[in-house]
Parts: sequence; C-alpha cells; structure tokens
Amino acid sequence: MHNLTVYLLISAALFLLGLLAIMTRKNAVSVLMGIELMLNSAGLNFVAFSRFSSGNLNGQVAALFIVIIAAAEAAVALAIFLNLYRLKATSDVDKADLLQG
Amino acid sequence: MFGLVTYILLAQLAAFAIVIFFGKRLPRGGDWVSLLAIWSSLAAALYLFATQMLANYDPHYFQGFTFDWLSWGDYRLTIGYAVDNMAIMMLVVVTLVSAVVFLFSVGYMKGDPKYSRFFAFLSLFAFSMLGVVLADNLLVIFVFWELVGLTSYLLIGFWHEKDSAADAGKKAFIVNRIGDAGMLIGILFVFTTLGTLNLHEISEGVAAGRLSGVMLTITGICLFCGAIGKSAQFPLHVWLPDAMEGPTPVSALIHAATMVAAGVYLTARLFVILTFDASLVIAYVGGFTALFAATIAVAQYDIKRVLAYSTLSQLGYMVMALGSGAYMAGFFHLVTHAMFKACLFLGSGSVIYAMHHALHHIHSDADPQDMRNMGGLKKHQPLTFWTFLIATVALSGVPLTSGFLSKDAILGGTLAFAMQHPKHWLLPVFGFSAAALTAFYMFRLIYLTFTGTFRPGKEAEAELHESPWVMTLPLVVLATLSIFIFYTLPNFNPASPRGGWFATLFPDPPRAYESTMVHSAGLEGHEAEASVHGRAGAEGGTAHALDEPAPPDIDRRAVETPIVHEEQSPETHEALHDVHHRAHSTAMLISIFAAGLGILIATMGYLWATLNPATWQRRLGVLYRGMFHKWWFDEIYGATAVKGTLLLSTILGWFDLYIVDGIVNGAAWLGRVFAFIEGWFDLYIVDGLVNLTAWFVGIWGRIVRLFQGGQLQRYILYTLVVIGIFIVLKVV
Amino acid sequence: MELLSELIFYCFVVLTIGSAVVVVFHPRVMYSAFALLFTFFGVGVLYLYLAADFLAASQLLIYVGGILILIIFGVFLTSSIMSLEILQETHQRFIALIPIALGGIVLLSVILSTPWTTTATTEAVPTTKLLGRLLLTRYLVPFELASLLLLAALVGAMRLARYFRTEE
Repeated sequence: MHNLTVYLLISAALFLLGLLAIMTRKNAVSVLMGIELMLNSAGLNFVAFSRFSSGNLNGQVAALFIVIIAAAEAAVALAIFLNLYRLKATSDVDKADLLQG
Repeated sequence: MFGLVTYILLAQLAAFAIVIFFGKRLPRGGDWVSLLAIWSSLAAALYLFATQMLANYDPHYFQGFTFDWLSWGDYRLTIGYAVDNMAIMMLVVVTLVSAVVFLFSVGYMKGDPKYSRFFAFLSLFAFSMLGVVLADNLLVIFVFWELVGLTSYLLIGFWHEKDSAADAGKKAFIVNRIGDAGMLIGILFVFTTLGTLNLHEISEGVAAGRLSGVMLTITGICLFCGAIGKSAQFPLHVWLPDAMEGPTPVSALIHAATMVAAGVYLTARLFVILTFDASLVIAYVGGFTALFAATIAVAQYDIKRVLAYSTLSQLGYMVMALGSGAYMAGFFHLVTHAMFKACLFLGSGSVIYAMHHALHHIHSDADPQDMRNMGGLKKHQPLTFWTFLIATVALSGVPLTSGFLSKDAILGGTLAFAMQHPKHWLLPVFGFSAAALTAFYMFRLIYLTFTGTFRPGKEAEAELHESPWVMTLPLVVLATLSIFIFYTLPNFNPASPRGGWFATLFPDPPRAYESTMVHSAGLEGHEAEASVHGRAGAEGGTAHALDEPAPPDIDRRAVETPIVHEEQSPETHEALHDVHHRAHSTAMLISIFAAGLGILIATMGYLWATLNPATWQRRLGVLYRGMFHKWWFDEIYGATAVKGTLLLSTILGWFDLYIVDGIVNGAAWLGRVFAFIEGWFDLYIVDGLVNLTAWFVGIWGRIVRLFQGGQLQRYILYTLVVIGIFIVLKVV
Repeated sequence: MELLSELIFYCFVVLTIGSAVVVVFHPRVMYSAFALLFTFFGVGVLYLYLAADFLAASQLLIYVGGILILIIFGVFLTSSIMSLEILQETHQRFIALIPIALGGIVLLSVILSTPWTTTATTEAVPTTKLLGRLLLTRYLVPFELASLLLLAALVGAMRLARYFRTEE
C-alpha cells in the first residue's frame, strides 16, 4: 500500500503552498491561512513518521501540540489583525511598515 | 536587675518606634503602646526602689554594668549603667511623672490631628531622659543629653503651625546648644587629662590628683554650663518661658519635672569633683536665678508663664543648694519639686482646657491662658482647685508639705554655708527673699484664677466643666505625693527630713575642699574644744584663708588629702553638725515667716482687696516695669547676641562677596579663556573628525536602508533567497 | 478492491492538495477560506489512513470547527461584511517562485534520496487511551504548559481586541 514517501510528498507540497501564500498574499488573513497550511504539513509529517518509523505514538502527541499552538496563534493573530485594521483601515500586511528604515 | 533596667530604658524606645511607624494604623493612634511602656516601666522602677534601695538601705549602694564599646590600641571606651540610690530615685521620679503626664495627655490632646505623633515623641523623650539617668559615662550622658534637647525641641514646637511655637522650639534648641558647647569642652578637658569618661573613674582620678587646681575649677564650670542650659539658669534662662508654647503636658513633663532637672542631676552627679571656686560660681548662679526669676513671676499674667518662672526660681534653689554643699537638700528638692510642679502644670492644663472650651463657646478670641480672663473657677473645677491648692502650698513651703521639708533643707544648708563663710551672706538673702516672693506669686495665681467672679461673663461660665478622669487622676496622684509623710518615713516628723529614709540614703558626700578645710583646721591646731560659737568663727577663718588668693600649699593639700572624712576629729565633726543644726532651726523660722508674709500680702492684694495692686504697680515704677518685661532680657539678647551675630554675618557676607568671590571670579575668567581656546579646537578639529565618521556611517546607512522595507513578506523573501544561495553554493 | 481503496486514497490526496492550491491562488478571500476547509478535512482523512483516529477527530473539531470559523470571522471583521467579493491582491508572485522552486527541488531530492528507516506497520488500534496516558505521564509538563499557553492566548487576545475599543 502507500508508504512513507507518499505522505512526505503530500506534506512537502502543502508546505510549499503555505510558504507561497505567506510570501505572495497581501491580505493578512490569507497569510494566516498559509501559516495554517504549513502547520498542517508539519503535523502530517509527524504522524507519518510516527506510523512508519518509530512504532510509538510520540509523533501523534507532537501533532496534537501543533493543533493546540495553532489555535492559540490564530486567536492572537486575529486580535492583532483587528488592531491593524482599526489603525490603518486595511488588512494588507504590506501597509504594516512602521518599522521601515 | 540588669534586665529590668534594660527593660525600663528600651521599652520607651520600642514604644516610640511602634507609634511613629504604625501609630496611625493602630486603634486610638497607638497611645496605649506608649502608656503601656511607661506604666510597666514605672512598675519596674518601683520594684527596683523597693527591692534594691529600701531593702539594702545603704547610702553607698552601687551596682554598675559596663560593656566595651570601642577599643583602639590599649584604650577601651566603655559604656554602661550606673545604678545607685540616686539613679533609682530618679528612675522612680521620671517614670512616675511621665506615667501620669502620659495619662493626662490622653485627655488633653484628644482630637489633635497629630495625636499619635505626640505620644511617639513623649516616648522618645522618656527614653532619652532615662538614658541620662542611667548612664555611667559622660559621653553617653552627653548623647542622651542631646537627645533630650532634640525631643524637647520637637515637643515645644509640636504645634509648629503657630509661628510662636516654632520660634520657641528653635530658641530652646539654640540656647541649649550654647550650654552644651560648654559641656562638650568640659568633657574634652576631662578626657584629655584623665583619659576616661566613666564617672567613677573620673572621681577616682580627681581624688588621685591627676586633675586639680584651676584646671579642675574650669572643667567643673564648663560641665556646669550644660546644666545652665538644660536647667535654664541665669544667663541662659530665656528659653524656658517661651517653651510654654508647647502643649501643657509637655510643660509639665519636660519643663517642670524631668528635662530641666537633668541639669541639676548632672551637677549632683559631678558633685564630688567640684572645687570650692566652681561651687561658688554654681551657688551664685543658682541663688541669683532663684531671686531674679521669682521677681519676674510676680508680674506675669499668663498662668503657664508664672509657673515657668517659678520653675526657673526653684531650679535656682536646687543649683544653689548643690553649690553651697547641701547635696541632699538639692536632690531632695528636685524630687519633691518634680511632684508638685508637675501637679501645678497639669492643673493649669486642666484650667486651660476648660477655659478654651468656655471661650470657644462664646466665640471669644481672648487668651485662655491669661489669668485676667479667669476667676471663680473653684466652683466649677473643685478637684482641680484642691489639688492645685495643695501643690501651691507645697511650693510656697508651708509646713506639713514636702516642699517645706526640701526648701527648708536648702535654706538651712545655705545659711550654714554662709555661717561658715560670712563673706557669702548674699546667698541666704537670695534664698529667703525668693521664698517670700514664691509664696506671694503662687497665691496671687490661686486668687486670680480660682476665686472671685468669672470675668468673661455668665454665658461662658455655664460652659465650664471639670476635666475628665484621665486628667484629674494624675492631679490627685501628684498632689498626694506632695505631703511630707512620704519623705520622712519611718519618722513622723513634719519639720525635718533628718532620720527619714531619704536623708539616710542620700547623705552629703564629702568634697575635697570641705574635708581639707576641716582637716587643716584640725592640723593647724585651732581650738578643737572651743564652744560652738568659737568653732563657727574658726571655720569662718579657715574659709577666709581659702577664699583669699589661695596659698599654693593649701591648694595642693586640698588635692593630696581628698577624702579625709575618717580622719576628722570627732569634735570637729560634731561642731560642723552643730552649725548645721542651728542653721536649720533658724532657717525654718525665717522661711515660715517669709512664706507667711508672701501669702499675707497676696491675700491682702487679691482676696481682701485691702491693697490695690494697680497702685502698687505705679508706686514700684521702673521696678515693676522691669519685672513685667522680664528685665528686658529678650531685648538685651536681641540687641547684643542676635544683632552681633547678624553684624558678623554681614561682614562675613561682604568678605565673601568681594574678596572670596573676586578670587573665584578671577579663576573663572582664566578658565573661560582656556575654555575658549579649547572650544575652538573642539569645534574644528575634534568635531571635524567626528562629523567625518558620522558622514561615512550615514552613507552606508542610506545604502542599507534600501533593504529595510518594514514588510514582513519581503524579509521572508530575502531569507529564502539567501538560503537558496547557500544551498546552490553547497551543491556546486 | 485493492485498486478501489488506492483510488479513494488518491482522491483525498488530490482533494487536499487541490484545495490548498485554491487557498493560495484564488483571488477572493472568502473562497480561499472555504477551500481551506477542504484542505483541513483532507488532512484529517489522511490522519485516519495513518491510524491516528483521535488526531483526525481533533483535526476536524478544532481546525474545521474552531480555527476556520475564527479565520472567517477575521475576514468579515477586517473587510466590508456583507460582500463575498472581497478581492485580494498578490504581489512579488514571480520572484517568490524562485525560492519556492529551489525549496521544492531540495525537498524532493531529500525525500526521494534518503533511505528512510521504517518499521513494520502494526494493526490500527484506537489511540485515544494511549494518547491520554502519554499526555498525563511522559508529556505532562508540555501538556500543562500548553494549557497555560492557551490561557495566555485567551487573555492576550481579549486584551488586544479590547484595547482599541477603549481607544475609540
């Protein structure tokens, strides 16, 4: 049946797509979606290794923690976006350039 | 015993710390902490009194506790307690008066916004005063002495919102400093010559002759300067009447019973090392103060000022007694005076308290302390009146009171001194005239305050009330202790303290000059078997010999044979005793007569109105004006000491402005020239280099800035590109 | 049968990756968000294939039910609320492709060339009990820290969101 490599490839694809979203999207929420994609790809990797390489469930626990951290991160990120929107009347991340040199 | 003494001392400090830091958060402002500390200390002091002093019944009882404080080389500076009869007696007096005054303050200071701080200061004062009493060392005494001065300053200026109170506090502090400077010089004299500050070792050193003659006289007078300041004796007396600006309990505690007594106590402590000349100075200062203050008290109308001048006068008595060798009498008067004068002050506090309420009620801004606004208070404050009367009688020296015993002992001692040294006849004259004046002004005060009609009117009179029990209980306690019986036990003898416990436990210690005098009298073969008259004459003769520019050999012998009490021939001793006895019975008669005369005149003037005070004021003319204006002492000091200081300051200021500042300005000008040159160098050379660096950095910054877009996504891109470059490099 | 099973598996793979592509490239934010739903769902199914039943359920509950809702709220709150036509711009698309391509090559080569050590796959058993034991024994400290993190995120998000309200 399908083996480790297949999952790694799927994971790699998700990761690259997420990276692309982060780099190209202007909308902050879309950037967040890209991050979620990358986190999912990492989780998938963990579970796949747990299934095929270790014989124990440690990888699944790691994936579970990723889910938890993703939830926390999403909540805080959205709060920040709300503030950004109020401040700049936009959700475009390239407008958030107060640190410009 | 050691623990008990430490407790008495440190309980007050602990109470001070607790009340000053946490007082506002404690219930009732923490007054109970102070009260608890002082009343428990009173119990401890009474325990010491009963178990140590009365149980031992030994005039030479002494227990010392000494610790090392500092040591350098082979010198060790020690501190410690000296617990003897005198210290225990003072402990009882100080804690007793403090305890009742603390209690009185609960009523008197009620509602004051700084209520809690007042009790903290009172505790601190009690601590300092007990420290002075217990210290066995001049340095420690000096430290506590200054602490007493500080707390006195804080308490006199307690209502510092009033300018007069703040000024009075400053005045007390500064005048005391003048005396203390003298005392410090005296301490330094003692230290440089004897190498010790311990009281015991000092008297031993003096006895061994390591400090003698003129130097010893100067040292004694210098140390006495401290007492002049604290006990408000003649040249430095001006602060005490002004100190009446403080709250009345403070006047009672500090300016009647304890702090001013510290000077007398110190003089008594140093009694054994005083030379004849130093004693003479002390006696004259005291005697003059006694009369001089009494004359002022006669013409004052402020009830507390009358008492203040009366205190001055009584302190003068004590000092005069010590100076004329009547050690027991001086200390005895200190104890009895503490009781009835505290009672008088607290009584006046009770009167002022009631007056304040009554005048406040009718919205009058008349002075509640002015006796011209009082009158007829007897009806409304019976308890205050009767206790006040007892204390007044005691102060006037009427028989059956403690004041009679002690004052009589002083007058007798002074008279005996004058009989031995007829040149100094002025001293008993001072004493007896002051006694008559005392009786006069005290009864004048009683009549003006308590009899007749209430002068502000009926409406205010309805508002007069007796004070609450916390204020009257102290009065009753103190008035009771003004009766003779407490001081003559086990004898029941209202005429003389001789044979009672007090006189037994505090015998007059022998002094270098006295014993030598008797000794030399014996040696030189004056008729030892002569009659009393002859003996008295012989004594006088020897005294003359001493008074005249002293032949050096006698002076030396005075030092070489210091304590020769045992060597005295019994006849000489008996003769001396006889002189004393005769002097005492004479003094008693004269003093009763003087007191009676004073009371009679006061009664005629202010009760029966057979004499018109106003007429007599006119008749006395400049004399009365002098008394009324306190002999212009404040004005004289203002014109000399204060003006002089100001003039000196002006001269120094001019010197500062033109000479010192001129030099400084010259230096500044030089500095400016150099600075200008340096500034040019800085501007063009140093700054040029710095600017070049900055310009270089700026160029680079402008280049690097191009990459700082502030956009997160671009940063990610850069990162990835760089990682990519690394990977490519690695692969290739 | 074998073939059908494989087919279904690859269907889910295609669903996951395809919807992820929509997420990244669709010009409308709302569409991206809904496509993300399918990506999460696909990953959850892949978890099931990997015998991680508890994780799959968690994936659906938390991601689909929680995080995605949050994201959609975010979209609404930061744009005009009634329109599905919220366009989003993209930038630096082509320059970004260079590192993506490079990363892709690297990942591919690593995945394909590494000799992965594998163990024999065991029978799929329910993992909930085992995970629970692990979380309360070996991973107790991280577990508690994670709860602390969630609490902090909760409070922090409220604080951040309230902040501008009071500023108004």
